[in-house]
Order: sequence, then C-alpha cells, then structure tokens
Amino acid sequence: MTFEQIASLLRERFAGAVEEVVPQATRPYVTVAAERWPEVARFLRDEPRLKLNFLRCVSSLDLLAEDSLAAVYDLATVPDAEAEEVLSCPHTFAVRVVTDRAAAHIPSVAGVWPAADWHEREAFDLMGIVFDGHPDLRRILCPEDWVGHPLRKDYEFPVEYHGIPGTTEHELNSPRH
Amino acid sequence: MTEISLQSQPDLLVDYDRGEQGDVDTEELLINMGPQHPSTHGVLRIVLRCDGEMVLEAVPHIGYLHRCAEKIGESLQPFQFIPYTDRMDYVAGMNQNQGFALAVEKLAGIAVPPRAQYLRVIFGELNRIASHLVSFGTYGLDMGAFTPFLYAFREREMVLDLFEAACGARLTYSYLTVGGTTHDLPEGWVDRCLEFCDYFEPKIDEYNDLLSFNHIFVKRTAGVGVVSAGDAVRWGLSGPCLRGSGVRWDLRKALPYDGYERFDFDIPIGRPGGSDRTVPHGVVVGDSWCRYFVRMEEMKQSLRIVRQALRDLPGGDHIVPKFKKNKTVKLPDDEVYLEVDNPRGQVGFYVRGDGSAIPARVKARGGSFCNLSITSHVVRGCLIADVPAIIGSIDVVMGEVDR
Repeated sequence: MTFEQIASLLRERFAGAVEEVVPQATRPYVTVAAERWPEVARFLRDEPRLKLNFLRCVSSLDLLAEDSLAAVYDLATVPDAEAEEVLSCPHTFAVRVVTDRAAAHIPSVAGVWPAADWHEREAFDLMGIVFDGHPDLRRILCPEDWVGHPLRKDYEFPVEYHGIPGTTEHELNSPRH
Repeated sequence: MTEISLQSQPDLLVDYDRGEQGDVDTEELLINMGPQHPSTHGVLRIVLRCDGEMVLEAVPHIGYLHRCAEKIGESLQPFQFIPYTDRMDYVAGMNQNQGFALAVEKLAGIAVPPRAQYLRVIFGELNRIASHLVSFGTYGLDMGAFTPFLYAFREREMVLDLFEAACGARLTYSYLTVGGTTHDLPEGWVDRCLEFCDYFEPKIDEYNDLLSFNHIFVKRTAGVGVVSAGDAVRWGLSGPCLRGSGVRWDLRKALPYDGYERFDFDIPIGRPGGSDRTVPHGVVVGDSWCRYFVRMEEMKQSLRIVRQALRDLPGGDHIVPKFKKNKTVKLPDDEVYLEVDNPRGQVGFYVRGDGSAIPARVKARGGSFCNLSITSHVVRGCLIADVPAIIGSIDVVMGEVDR
C-alpha cells in the first residue's frame, strides 16, 4: 500500500485522530492526536493489510517556534516468520505526535511495540517528553541526577556537575553558540 | 533424581520453587557486572539479581559513553558531522558514514556518481568483514578461547591496511562523505584488495573448524539466550540478531541503497541443529550460536559482493564534482529517515532540515541500542556464565548504544 492509501485508511477509520497528512515530505508522515495515538498504533500493527510490526525509531523533535515538542515514530513491516521471498515492496510509515512544551505528555506505545520501551526512555531523557503508561520511565543515557533535557533548544549546559566544571570562564564570558 | 538430557539445554526453572528448598536457605544476590568488565564489550553495566548461579533478572544500565552527538549535529554542517558518525559504531565506521551521507543526500536531493556508489559498497562490505572479525575474535575470547582472537586481528590488519591506503585512517575513517568519497583509490589498490579476497576466503572455513564447531564453544552457546522470531521483530532487533532468529530480513535486499540491487548475494539466517553436519546438534533457531554463525556466513557473502563490485567498478568521479571545492549543502525544510544495514544491525538517521545548511535535528538510531534492549527479556533463568555468551552474541559496541 502506498503512503496515500494508508493515510486515507487511517482518516476513514479514525475520524478526527489524523490531524495532518504530509505526502510531499521526502519521507511522508501523518500527524496523529496524542490522546488517540495508542489505538491508532494498535491498528497499524494489527490491521492485516498493514502489519506494521517493526518500530524502527522514535525521534524526539523540538518545535520551538510552535511552542511544542513532537515524537516521530518510524515503522516498518518485517516478515516475522522465515519467508523465502523477501518482501519486494515493504511497508514503511511514519507518524508524528505533537504535544505542548509546557506539559509534554504522550501516551506510551510500549504495550504495542516492546521496542518502544528504550526509545521512549531516551526521548524522555533527552527531550523531556513524558510518556504516560510507560512501564519504567527513567533516564537512560544521562545520569539519574542530571538536571534538564539536553536536546531542547533552550537547554542551558550546567556550569558544573558534582564538582566537574562544565565550562570555562572564557566560555562563560564569550560563548560561541 | 531426574535424568538430565545432555543433548538439550536443561530448563533451569522447571523445579524452581523456593518453598521446597528444605533446610537450605538461599538468599538473592545482586551482582554488578561492569561498567569495567572484560566481557561486556565496552562500558556496559548489568545488574544481575541471582539466586546462586541462576540469574533471575538482569537490568542493563547504559549511558557511560553518551556524548550527545545528536546535539552536536544541530550546530554543524552535515559534512562536518561525518566524523561524529565514525565514533558511534567505531568498529564499523565506513558503514556509519555511509548511512548518514545517504540520509543527507536523500534530503537534499543529491545524486551520487556511480563510481562513488561502487566505492561505498566495497568499503562498506570490507568494513563488515573487519567488524565481524572483531565480533568473532572477541566472542571466542569471552568464551575462553584465546587463539581465534589473534587470527581474527591478523586478517583485520590487512583490511585496515587497505583502508589506510585509501583514506589514511585505520578506525575513524570519515571517508564516505556527503556526495561520495573524500579521495579516490590509490594506484594498485584494486589488485591488493583482490589479493586479500583470495587470501581470506579459505580462512573463514578454517575459523569455523577452529571455533564454530568446537564442542566446548557449542555447548556454551547452543540453546543459550533463545530469541523467537516474533520476539525479535517486536523488540526491534536487526542485523545478525534478527537473522539469527530465522527472519530473512536485510535492508540491502528489502530497501536497497547505493546500488546493492546490482549485486548477487545471499542472506544467511539461523538454522536449527539437526542430523546433517552443517549445524551442530543442540542448536536452536534464535540462540547465541545462530547469531554468531550468521556473522561467519555473512563474511563469505561480503567477499562475493566485494569481488563483484571490484570487477564492475566504473571510472569517473568519486564525488559530486562541485563538492570537491565546497561541501556546503542547503537542507530544505523537510525531513528524512533512512536506515542502512550495518554489521551490528540497522542504523537509521533522522535528519530534519530547516532551510539552512545546518540541520534542525539529527537523530541516530543505533542497531546495538535496540539489540541490547532484549537483554533483560532473554537473560531470565539462565546461569551467570551464560550472560557473557548472550551479550557477546548480540555484539554490542557501546559507542553506538550511547552515541
């Protein structure tokens, strides 16, 4: 199925959940409302015509201009049994879920794709999006007591961490970035 | 006393009932494995909750090598970010470069000359061989076999010599860049590469005799850490970990890039142990032995691809001509996600441009990151000695896990 076909299938099945369809992007995607995302996710995984069973990546995105954060889910269909023929036209699909910067909450899909577990932890750690319903939401890459979310555009690098200087006096007075 | 069958991995949890211990009072023990540990393939920390020798739960803690390369990607032009991709999966630097270069080229709509595509395939496959040699050697080391390690590194030296002749570096190449390759091949390189292919091909069977079918090695890895095909797909495994579970999925065939559709090669997958001598008895599809052996078979396939690519290598530019002077690329206000099949799994790059030369977001999806997430699921109920066997078969490089 092409991207347009999948997008219109979602539109008719989940009226109101699909906020935006962007077919002109180099990698086309749809935007789905956050509160409807888990049911859309389950449909994408289980619908026989799609079977998007492989969560490739969850990328967090800082849309500072729109005062929001987003999580971009890239999906694919992978044959989960030994198939002699590799799929010649595999499905790939992408979904963007947008949330407010001030209260960034997106329902977790770790129950739909277990692969989402670590990806959502990373998005929480580095961008600060809270995934409601995640089994174990804690920092994964930064230390447990790290303050702030590094990938945000307005992130300020700490001056020091447990006595280790994060910057020099020269940098503080004449920053390059 | 129940007969323990020597042919199959015993089910260690079958009569695990704390209440029936009688007057033996066992206590759970928390054992910390890492971050400095000879068998964790880098700075990986796993906290094992054990009852005696049996592991009840394993929780991996990562982030010791986190350098937030993604933040750095938001302040550098793509061709300046290529060296940072080298340092993610540092054992497979060429493949990492290739992935990021392809993503940027797709976003910016750059068409790469055919010679550059062939060069990328050659270097990508040679790096696959080098990477699988590291995996093979260190896995043997983890299991206590010290000899294969030096043999693997001896062959790897030849590959690194070829790389050094082409680009000057042995580990962090930054050779495959946006638009093609930074330099063209020196004279005589193609002949030396063919010599290496001829020399190396019989060695793979030698190493199979040395390690793969060694009785002790098979006993330590067969039936250990079995991941079913369904689980592998659900948990986002890729590369030899996915193929070892019997799933014939390789991006070089399914979503080809850089002209891989031109080449004739097979995709090895895990097969069960049976009466024929090609797979040892006791091997289950999806166990550590399968994941390991898929890598040995993939080296043979990589040689096939390298030979075909060298034979058909066209002349012409090694990089888009205007990039020889100025590598600045304007990225449109658009996004792309592109995955390549690296030795350790699928490595994906999500690049979001905003109209300027510097991306708004660069996200790297590491194959090892996703492959490692299955550790807690798979280690339950195995012995402590099985944990290095499982980690080694997953073949992680912490640079890719932490980025």
